[in-house]
Amino acid sequence: MIVFEKPKALTDAPLHYCPGCTHGIIHRLVAEAMDSLDITGQTIGVASVGCSVFTYNYFNCDMVQAAHGRAPAVATGLKRADPSKIIFTYQGDGDLASIGTAETVHSAARGENITIIFVNNAIYGMTGGQMAPTSLPGQVTQTSPYGRDVNTVGYPVRICEMLSTLDGPAYIERVAVNNVKNVRQAKKAIEKAFRYQTEGKGFSLIEVISTCPTNWGKTPQAALEWAEQNMIPYYPLGVYKDKYSEEAAK
Amino acid sequence: MAEKILMKGNEALAEAAIMAGCRHYFGYPITPQTEVAAYMAKRMPKIGGTFLQAESEIAAINMVIGAAAAGKRAMTSSSSPGISLKSEGISYMAGCDLPGLIVNVQRGGPGLGGIQPSQSDYFQATRGGGHGDYHLLVLAPSSVQEMADLVFKGFDLSEKYRIPCMLLADGTMGQMMEPVSLPERSAETVEKPWALTGTEGKRKPNIINSLALAPHELEAWNQVRFERYAQIKENEQMSESYWMEDAEICVVAFGIAARVSQNAIDTAREMGIKAGMIRPITLWPFPEKALRAASAQCKAFVSVELNMGQMIEDVRLSIKCRRPVSLCCRTGGMIPTPDEVVAAIVKANEGGKQA
Repeated sequence: MIVFEKPKALTDAPLHYCPGCTHGIIHRLVAEAMDSLDITGQTIGVASVGCSVFTYNYFNCDMVQAAHGRAPAVATGLKRADPSKIIFTYQGDGDLASIGTAETVHSAARGENITIIFVNNAIYGMTGGQMAPTSLPGQVTQTSPYGRDVNTVGYPVRICEMLSTLDGPAYIERVAVNNVKNVRQAKKAIEKAFRYQTEGKGFSLIEVISTCPTNWGKTPQAALEWAEQNMIPYYPLGVYKDKYSEEAAK
Repeated sequence: MAEKILMKGNEALAEAAIMAGCRHYFGYPITPQTEVAAYMAKRMPKIGGTFLQAESEIAAINMVIGAAAAGKRAMTSSSSPGISLKSEGISYMAGCDLPGLIVNVQRGGPGLGGIQPSQSDYFQATRGGGHGDYHLLVLAPSSVQEMADLVFKGFDLSEKYRIPCMLLADGTMGQMMEPVSLPERSAETVEKPWALTGTEGKRKPNIINSLALAPHELEAWNQVRFERYAQIKENEQMSESYWMEDAEICVVAFGIAARVSQNAIDTAREMGIKAGMIRPITLWPFPEKALRAASAQCKAFVSVELNMGQMIEDVRLSIKCRRPVSLCCRTGGMIPTPDEVVAAIVKANEGGKQA
């Protein structure tokens, strides 16, 4: 009896991510959602710029690689071109919360019927560990070598909180993948986001608190602990908006 | 041909795009092209198409990328400052070999510039505009009729060669009204096996991408693309000749500058000067063949432009500097008068005599 196998929505390409990076888990969760909803054949993914740029090699569906920050706009064009397709973007924090802020906010405000997987590891990974819009106060990075000084560079951006003030989005949840319990919740959230899209319910964004052992300068285990002790308190997990459970509750 | 109706250039272009099968328009307001967006906003919802006012020019071109990647005819329109913003996306379109139509109804620059007609984005359009080795197919209408006709041509060639097409108009072409007969023809359909339509579990995933980290791979991609560019250069040069049979002075002008020059040539002919004109319709590929042929017969060339002298470089390159090329230009939204062009023709004629 098979009790564990690779999701069919993942290709056989070996992942290029660093040891201990949680992108692998998140890829798996996205692929499991595609498998469980049986939507891979209708799905088109949008890769972004950052560590996850090569997602187009990993998902077993049609893929397009977008310019830095522009994935939600490309996703909008794809969805408007054929609303029967399932469109998702997979973006990091630099891509989504810095250079692509406008595309993020306005695709949410329009309530585009797309799903955004937002991987927040509080750092620019691909370029070697620079300060991100989500880097924590005091966090040491290559471009904040004395720690993020909120007096000169300001405060981290909380995307879920910000977007949940809009009327457009259907579903916004922040999850983490630092332990088994959180991974299970993340799986549920990602699947629900895709399901909402198949049901025509509109815009969903799942923020996944992730780790970057390499650029945080920590072992994989210490990175998971750092995420638990530092990131989650700043970025509380939970459902920030769910139009349909709100409606159900009324 | 349908009956002639009086239309603004921007609206003729928009209607032609719909007739050419475009059902996906993404734009952002900017003068002097906003009529295109307004027209699309009115028409698209009635015919099951998409009109979407994007949050920025950057978003608009990326929405075009999405729709084009899905295999649809998609377009955006803007004016000069907005085209600068789109340039990132245009470079990605070129790198991804995606077809699509980008309309630039040019206004004066640089910077915020002005809102009066200009041709000062010639370099930006014909040299690519964004980063990297690439070209756009660049079409330059010179009448409201051509604003419509070249939209069909643009979409067709863009899909045939998988190259983004820029329709490079100027503010005058967008704003002026002329009789136009909209072509009664259906859109050409091209097979797009590369399009992202979902695998349906029946084929391997299609990937649209401009990233190649291995330098030999990226070089090979560029070389393949430039082989296509060579075919375009060979097959698609378009220009119109006016009084060129016996011309000694060759005016080169496109868009509104060509309309002004036409009057000036008539005057010069009345004065006994054998002037003629080659009007480039494709700015890339530049009509080198027509220019080269003219260089055998003409003693001097005059480049008439609404900028500080940009196309003149292509005129000189096309004729390999074998004849003197002078410049007659106004910029910042100013348009040369026919008299100014006549004076330039006269001067070129006298210069030719001295030589």
